[in-house]
Amino acid sequence: MLNYVLSRLLTFVPTFIGVTLISFMFIRLLPGDPIIVMAGERGVSPERYAELSAQFGYDRPVYVQFFEYLTGVLQGDLGTSFVTKRPVWDEFFALFPATLELSICAMIFAVVLGLPAGVIAAVNRGKFFDRALMSTALVGYSMPIFWWALLLIIVFSGNLQWTPVSGRIDLLYYFPDPTGFMLIDSIASGQKGAFLSAVRHLLLPTIVLGTIPLAVIARQTRSAMLEVLGEDYIRTARSKGLSPGRINGIHALRNALIPVITVIGLSVGTLLAGAILTETIFSWPGIGKWMVDSIFRRDYPVVQGGLLLIAVMVMIVNLTVDMLYGVINPKIRKR
Amino acid sequence: MSFRLSLFAGVACAALGASVASAQSLVYCSEGSPEGFDPALYTAGTTFDASSHPIYNRLTEFKVGTTEVLPGLAESWTVSEDGKTVTFNLRKGVKFHSNANFTPTRDFNADDVIFSFDRQGNPDNPYNEVSGGTWEYFAGMSMPELVSSIEKVDDYTVKFNLTRPEAPFIANMAMDFASIVSKEYADAMMEAGTPEMLNQAPIGTGPFAFQAYQKDAVIRYLRNDAYWGDAAKVQSLIFAITPDASVRYQKVQAGECHVMAYPNPADVQAMKDAEDVVVMEQEGLNVGYLAYNTKVAPYDNPKVRKALNMAIDKQAIIDVVFQGSGQIAKNPIPPTMWSYNEAVEDDAYDPEAAKKMLADEGVSDLNLKIWAMPVQRPYNPNARRMAELMQEDFSKIGVNVEIVSYEWGEYLDRSKAEDRDGAVLLGWTGDNGDPDNFLAVLLGCDGVGASNRAQWCNEEFDEAINAAKVLPTQAERTPLYEKAQVIFKEQAPWATIAHSVVYMTMRPEVDGYVVHPLGGHIFNQVGLSQ
Repeated sequence: MLNYVLSRLLTFVPTFIGVTLISFMFIRLLPGDPIIVMAGERGVSPERYAELSAQFGYDRPVYVQFFEYLTGVLQGDLGTSFVTKRPVWDEFFALFPATLELSICAMIFAVVLGLPAGVIAAVNRGKFFDRALMSTALVGYSMPIFWWALLLIIVFSGNLQWTPVSGRIDLLYYFPDPTGFMLIDSIASGQKGAFLSAVRHLLLPTIVLGTIPLAVIARQTRSAMLEVLGEDYIRTARSKGLSPGRINGIHALRNALIPVITVIGLSVGTLLAGAILTETIFSWPGIGKWMVDSIFRRDYPVVQGGLLLIAVMVMIVNLTVDMLYGVINPKIRKR
Repeated sequence: MSFRLSLFAGVACAALGASVASAQSLVYCSEGSPEGFDPALYTAGTTFDASSHPIYNRLTEFKVGTTEVLPGLAESWTVSEDGKTVTFNLRKGVKFHSNANFTPTRDFNADDVIFSFDRQGNPDNPYNEVSGGTWEYFAGMSMPELVSSIEKVDDYTVKFNLTRPEAPFIANMAMDFASIVSKEYADAMMEAGTPEMLNQAPIGTGPFAFQAYQKDAVIRYLRNDAYWGDAAKVQSLIFAITPDASVRYQKVQAGECHVMAYPNPADVQAMKDAEDVVVMEQEGLNVGYLAYNTKVAPYDNPKVRKALNMAIDKQAIIDVVFQGSGQIAKNPIPPTMWSYNEAVEDDAYDPEAAKKMLADEGVSDLNLKIWAMPVQRPYNPNARRMAELMQEDFSKIGVNVEIVSYEWGEYLDRSKAEDRDGAVLLGWTGDNGDPDNFLAVLLGCDGVGASNRAQWCNEEFDEAINAAKVLPTQAERTPLYEKAQVIFKEQAPWATIAHSVVYMTMRPEVDGYVVHPLGGHIFNQVGLSQ
């Protein structure tokens, strides 16, 4: 197992260098100059432009800039935002817990509902449950996020007033947020009702963000289960007289999980990269909107640093998924 | 220590014990996050809403709801006869806020004024490069060239020596970049090795003291009970950052916010019809225009430009592009600004006459490029659509239009070129309520090849605005600006399109809100009725 983890870790190195280079080049390939964008209609004189270019280091050759950036990254310095003038590192970690909290909740929602839905559909192949569940999954998968979110807000927050419209917690609550995870900080604050308020604020964004992964997981589970249910060892188990629950739940599901875990891993990667639409609509202070704003403002340090950090997170998730394969299927870790 | 922790530690005010905000909290659904809290470092209105308006004061202040300049931290001022020395007499007994890391030991005085400007203009000032200071507004308002020195006469008298007489200078001192920060706080933070706290945990003299900021989510302020002016009417002010306009409206309806800015134009009518919200409106201090390149034939001929202007159906643009939330512009300055010339008559929409005029000038088979901005602006919510409407209008007089666009930075840069091919859609939002801020910047000879997108240099016009700039009173300056607007209309370097209308949506219990023509959202005197 150790060799397996080490070999996976080794692939980190070229990926990391590649991502550093790509994230650095990507923003510079876009047309548009950060200084001119910053000056807007007001404009900037050639002398002032030269001054600012020198101040930000953009007057030097690109390879020099890259080398300095890489040196900084290796020392843990991702640079300072061109717009807010604050370290990229600080900005990222002020926002990332919100994205992570929402992603985890959305993933739990998707897995808790998606796995059973897929199993039920597979077991009832061709019957009413199968058709109903899979059609619903297809609708969920095709739903435009923006429309879905506004619909939920209008119905549940506007008309029924069951949930708050947006934000992470009721504004009446004010307490330190040492972890950045509202569910944890609200409990730690000891303020009555704070945790419940945080949960209520999480409901709609979780549903919206979890809808597509839920549909994907349900469909993937169904097809993986169908494949496994046709295997010889399942027939053997049946002929041994094992209960259907035991066959489906233990023999079939465990083997069907490998492709499902792949899908879950990929979905987590996507969620961590920031759910721009969900975060914007629900005023969720996460990294998705931060990155998009930075691209529009040509905030080079934030875009390159943010991309790098997100890529590292996704790499960590992929590593975890790879290790989970090993746990579920011993053949993989022995390879 | 993470930024969040350090920020929290830095601002954990005495009021933290009362950790649940009181019922007397005014919640404003703002449209975006501030870049920081030191207004001199930034240029965005969203940042000024969150920083300079609640937290700081300036030597002079705009009267909310007007562009009139009132005394602020300066009780009075005198201008020397040659117009080159301005002396401010400072207000006594003004207290700075305090926070967990700082308690002021003295009142506001001349040192704070000098520090607030010196850090922006003097490269040797230790704060000049703190927080990556680029001081865009200070440079943009030509302060480095205009102010030769600032002298402390005594603790409560400061003298600004100027290189030339400049009438708008007093109004410039009311702008956000001129907010007065505490030198004592700056020194303390420099000594503590955390100079960036000046920007992150701001200390000012304003009606609200900064309490905390959770990035992209919430900003909290508490009433400054020691405020020198009229105290704020609510105990706390909260900005709930809500980027989506539809969601902002839902929050107002659900009672999660009291006030919101920038409604969707398409929603305004429904808001006006709704019983549980109030909609306020006012013309914005801006203008959207189409600038011809007056250096390139046949657009160097005023009659050709005039003919094109007559072919544009501006009402259709207001209806379709602004969805009603705009008004037709006839002058290059907005109607809320002093010296606006009501007597000027707009070019009538008359395609037939326009066609004839072009023929009379010997112009036929004209091809024109119209540049459409890639971004949304208050003065032009949809430039592409506007360009398409113009394309249709111009086709009726036989002018063939090609619409071009570039990425925003490229657009701004390329549109400055003196040999530019085509007419540019652009606009301007006023900074200080002074006509000079529109007419000189956008149409003066100095701006050719830069912010004067029409590349238009008219001697008579330039003389008028330059003469007006150095006269001391509005009464003396007004006739010159009125004359400049007449020349502008005759010469038609632009087609003036529209001034936007600014809407504010709020709950009925909000009391005393005034829409500010300079675009800021100011809550200093806003209360909540029971």
